[in-house]
Amino acid sequence: MEELLYYPGCSLKDTAIGFEESAIYASRQLGIELKEMERWNCCGTVYSLTADNLMKQLGPVRNLVHAQEEGYEKVYTLCSMCDNTLKRSNRLVKNDPEKLEKINSFMDREEDYLGEVTVKHYLELLRDELGWDAVREPVREPLKGLNVAPYYGCMLTRPKEIGLDDPHNPTVLEDFISSLGAEPVDYPYHSECCGSYNTVEKKDIVLKQAGKITSSAAAAGADLIITSCPLCHYNLDTRQSEYIRRENSSKPVPVLYITQLMAVAYGNSDVCKFDKHAIDPREALALENKALKER
Amino acid sequence: MKLTDSDQDLVAEVEELSGENLYACFQCGKCSASCPFTDEMDELPNQLIRRVQIGDRRILQSKTPWVCASCLSCEVECPKGNDIPAIMEAVREITLRSNVDETDLRDLDTRGLPEIALVSNFRKKTG
Ligand code: SF4
Ligand code: SF4
Repeated sequence: MEELLYYPGCSLKDTAIGFEESAIYASRQLGIELKEMERWNCCGTVYSLTADNLMKQLGPVRNLVHAQEEGYEKVYTLCSMCDNTLKRSNRLVKNDPEKLEKINSFMDREEDYLGEVTVKHYLELLRDELGWDAVREPVREPLKGLNVAPYYGCMLTRPKEIGLDDPHNPTVLEDFISSLGAEPVDYPYHSECCGSYNTVEKKDIVLKQAGKITSSAAAAGADLIITSCPLCHYNLDTRQSEYIRRENSSKPVPVLYITQLMAVAYGNSDVCKFDKHAIDPREALALENKALKER
Repeated sequence: MKLTDSDQDLVAEVEELSGENLYACFQCGKCSASCPFTDEMDELPNQLIRRVQIGDRRILQSKTPWVCASCLSCEVECPKGNDIPAIMEAVREITLRSNVDETDLRDLDTRGLPEIALVSNFRKKTG
């Protein structure tokens, strides 16, 4: 089995545990062992946009140093927000030797970061290194007839300098969905922000936004939505369920992490921890009927 | 129109904090057209930039930078390559650095919220 260095980030150890466990399982079916970094810390979740304050770059850069200390040139992420933050900080210090030197002189317990680590998202691993045919290979339960809406959100494709696909017409999630045997659904809100951290203090904005995105996907025929961002997941799943209760509106659309869809297609939904979701996806995936039939 | 010293201070502060050239904006409005949250804002993103260009410090009281979710929709649309979210962050930072937090921890109900939401909110709304 090929071993790849993996940075989980905080959510995958807690609210998004089903994302991590399904990713570990799905990767093994592809001959890959995700080796968690021995030392890592929170990336800070959002990239700092203030030009003068390097303090907020320390969190992400420390993780890059740890990858370097463990002897790896590449580190893989699953969470879109971690991916974005690590990539942007990495880009900043690679392009600005003066800032890198300042940061290095500030971190005294770690070795100096040489700027040689590359950050890759799991979707880049699937698309660019393994290829869609390899992703299709372990499919045991082709998801035929299942309509899946890709939700890119913000952090996978923006800004252009680090985005993993075209910010206007991305296709990686559509190709991912097709490779698992399901049907990608086209709808206008695949890249519109869910409201992000405003879920903490401006919940109403997020409720409305979650309602808009999910009902648009439903109207386009989606049985479920996929994402790779734990914050989008919370907003589209939990906030959608609150929106539906408040507005007495339509049928809920379950939201899955990308690797949960892989695990289902590869024949193991136990690793998905679907009981953690506000909207249970099992009915949409017809897993309940199947379990009943098998009994 | 002539800018006074205090007007110019605002321009300089925002440029320093954001690393952006404010006068690169020619007010085309594409940023505002692409922003999903303008309904909740009291100034559109391009209006906020205009106010900073003319040094109008009242912009520090605007709701707009606190509604901005740093989603970068505007950033990919701007024909002048301006980093609008960085300008929003600079305006937020001026308030945060004067020791005024937007998020008041005392009356925040954090139950049920995932840490990714809390950490990102605190990173943007506390100093
Ligand atoms: S899109 Fe760019 S140039 Fe146009 S108004 Fe917005 S910031 Fe100014
Ligand atoms: S980054 Fe802020 S201003 Fe720009 S589109 Fe997103 S929410 Fe609107």
